[in-house]
Amino acid sequence: MKPDLRNNRDLIAGLLFVVLGGLAIILARDYPLGTTMRMGPGYFPTVLGGILLLFGAYVLARGIRSGEKVKGEWGWRPLAWITLSIVLFGYLLDRAGLVPATVVTLFVAAAAGREFRFKEVLVLAIVMTAFSVAVFSWGLKLPYPLIGGYY
Amino acid sequence: MDLLSNLALGFGVAFSLENLLYCFAGVALGTLVGVLPGVGPLVTIAMLFPITFHLPAVPAIIMLAGIFYGAQYGGSTTSILVNLPGETASAVTCIDGYQMARQGRAGPALATAALASFFAGCVGTLLIALAGPTLGEWALKFGAAEYTAIMLMALVASAVMTQGDAVKGFAMVVLGLLIGVVGVDVNSGMARYSFGIPELVDGIGFTVVAVGLFAVAEIVLNLESRQAREVYTGPVTGLMPTVRDLKDAAWPTVRGTAVGAFFGVLPGAGPALSSFATYMLEKKIARDPSRFGKGAIEGVAAPEAANNAAAQTAFIPMLTLGIPATATMALMLGALTLQGVATGPQVMHEKPDLFWGLIASMWIGNFLLVILNLPLVGLWVKLLTVPYRWLFPSIILFCCIGNFSVSNNPFDLYLCALIGVLGYVLVKLECEPAPLLLGYVLGPLLEENLRRALLIARGDPTVFFTRPISAAFMIATVVILVVMVAPAARGMRRGT
Repeated sequence: MKPDLRNNRDLIAGLLFVVLGGLAIILARDYPLGTTMRMGPGYFPTVLGGILLLFGAYVLARGIRSGEKVKGEWGWRPLAWITLSIVLFGYLLDRAGLVPATVVTLFVAAAAGREFRFKEVLVLAIVMTAFSVAVFSWGLKLPYPLIGGYY
Repeated sequence: MDLLSNLALGFGVAFSLENLLYCFAGVALGTLVGVLPGVGPLVTIAMLFPITFHLPAVPAIIMLAGIFYGAQYGGSTTSILVNLPGETASAVTCIDGYQMARQGRAGPALATAALASFFAGCVGTLLIALAGPTLGEWALKFGAAEYTAIMLMALVASAVMTQGDAVKGFAMVVLGLLIGVVGVDVNSGMARYSFGIPELVDGIGFTVVAVGLFAVAEIVLNLESRQAREVYTGPVTGLMPTVRDLKDAAWPTVRGTAVGAFFGVLPGAGPALSSFATYMLEKKIARDPSRFGKGAIEGVAAPEAANNAAAQTAFIPMLTLGIPATATMALMLGALTLQGVATGPQVMHEKPDLFWGLIASMWIGNFLLVILNLPLVGLWVKLLTVPYRWLFPSIILFCCIGNFSVSNNPFDLYLCALIGVLGYVLVKLECEPAPLLLGYVLGPLLEENLRRALLIARGDPTVFFTRPISAAFMIATVVILVVMVAPAARGMRRGT
């Protein structure tokens, strides 16, 4: 039987570990290795990278042999929206203030859901924004401008 | 009596109005968030931690512990009323708890869970008070070799005991250790894996890792699955269990507490394993095992006692040795470190108010849970009916604000988003994130002690086996490996 390599769970996991382990070793080449007695800053990460590479290779090989697939669908669409919402919050808070950042984050995050009802999200955004301002700006006195940036 | 005077000191600290208030706030917030379906204690702590960040160390840790218990407790409420555990530790409670709810006995089930948890919490707290100082004294003898060995043991155990596969568990531990390496090396002053980005020179913040790894992955996982949730929305009436219920639940509670207290101290085992183990025990010794799975009250009392006892005793290694046994404790350790508290055997002597105040506040927190939860069950039931499409954007929002407030730097949020993607991919590939978190928190400590131990031993690695305490930990590590991995290896060879 030809092993199935598409969407192969352990193959991908193993590859990921191998790549990360390899990267760790390559990047650590710039740091002095030292000796076992006097370890330099490169020693520990290089050893770790090597171990990760080995484990990764094992998992990879096992994946090719077993051919087990990833369970369920990949949720790239919700992942993309959630990731974007977090990035936007960071980007907007400094530049536009707490209120715009909150509203935008809520809307973008809500887009990750299976259904998106504009009116509902609007109400949610109003309630949560009021709540955040009350708790974080007034309650905990976090020093972020409500509207407008530092600059 | 030393113990009594210490406890008196602790209660003196914990009963100050300020600390009492923070304890209450922590418990209430923890329950509130923990009740929400699909939000486990780890996410709750990661999300609420930043609130405590701006407090002084003692109230901060008291509030954090309160959040932890509240979240844990809220999780069991969700298990009973919704057939969906917020976390693995209360997965077992689902089996009989949800059946009791369906038979209209949600009230007694919740009350039993609360009372069993309270009993276990009291015993657990007492155990910490008794064992903590003894263990702390002993740990003062630890040198770098001993610390290295015990950390190795904790990491190996956490890799081996995760659900699923041990090899991936190891890989995740190592990946966590590597993430912990990012930043300035304390010995040489050299910035490692920082890519010239100034923010990375300070290392990656632990809220960034925790929120990315757990909150983002969990939410996306919930959003992608299409299964509808079954919620018990009937009225919860007749809260109090009958006399017979109490009699039935009494011994299972005691046994559950014992099992939980034992498993809690073991590295890597924690609440999840203990609740499962005690459920199997109860089923085995029951006169009529067929009742289990059909709403047996023992099936609620024992696991709830066990996971709460384990949650308490898990503090012992974290507080006295500075070695967290579970991912949740790793989070607590990270929080303490950010507060500037160096945990370890010296914490009891240097900060007795913190150590004993925390212990006393644990007991108070458990007490508050009972009086807070039983009357408020109706409110929690209402919370369960809040649709998930309102919850998850709000959770993301709070995670964002919280993360930002720790560092005041947008970079942390970009990094958090990136780790979120990594976390989701890893979970999809069935790599458990808990060992990674443990590795990440222990990484810098492990490297530091490893380097020091080998420097003292002049580069001779046998030092870990010639010093008796260190050797004992190393042997334990090997035993854990052999016991847990051997059956799996045998299964592999048979071609499964």
